Amino acid sequence: MKRINWQIWAGFVLSLVAAFSYPFVFVTWATTREFPWANLVLFAIAFVFLFLGLRRAFKPDKRIVSKIFSSLAAAFGVVLLAALLFMIYVMGSWLPASTGAPQVGQKAPEFALTDPNNKPVTLAQLLTEPVNNKPPRGVLLIFYRGYW
Amino acid sequence: MRGVEKNLNKFIEAGIRVVGISVDTPAQTRRHMVQEAGYTFTFLSDPKLETIRRYDLVHEKEMASGADIARPAEFLVDPSGTVRWRMVTGNFFKHALPEQLLEATKSLP
Repeated sequence: MKRINWQIWAGFVLSLVAAFSYPFVFVTWATTREFPWANLVLFAIAFVFLFLGLRRAFKPDKRIVSKIFSSLAAAFGVVLLAALLFMIYVMGSWLPASTGAPQVGQKAPEFALTDPNNKPVTLAQLLTEPVNNKPPRGVLLIFYRGYW
Repeated sequence: MRGVEKNLNKFIEAGIRVVGISVDTPAQTRRHMVQEAGYTFTFLSDPKLETIRRYDLVHEKEMASGADIARPAEFLVDPSGTVRWRMVTGNFFKHALPEQLLEATKSLP
């Protein structure tokens, strides 16, 4: 009777989870974001399963198809780990230097932009219109990539 | 952004106005950020990158979008218009977290 090599499947799925959980989940918290240890732990578990699955697939009574499939799954796990580390440590730093961005102590350059209702809004307005029925203590400008 | 929205009442209680700025047009922002994602703080559109350029935050031909967009950066500006705190991250994944921003607001008078 043929039985499914669940270890290789578990390793395969876990390595996908280990890679994609960084940008979608673990990046949310400082402790799991600064160093991706949670993802490395997940990868370690994934590799244990992949190893067990490989060992099982390479027993003499197994078909060549299972040997090929499990080798591919294990290689894919390694590629995912490399891709995650490349994404965090190499691609993550592909940002402009922004040396001319306003420094602490400098004036924030004035601007007039448009809100979602096409109403013009200036920085001066943002700095004076009340927040919580009181003059604002400050304005937090968040520059972001936008929807794409 | 999501984390800031979740903590928005803390920013408002601290007297801080939160403003998101991107290259998206007002219509795009209204649709994606306000209607679909349910954000409630102020959004401003800078499709010509005038302000983003003045702040030296243009990310030219950014890889994922292929367009000129704003790189992630956060500035805390006091009522006189002076920058009191900023984060211009060196790593895309490490832009300011809501707790860091809330901590920074404590430095304001």
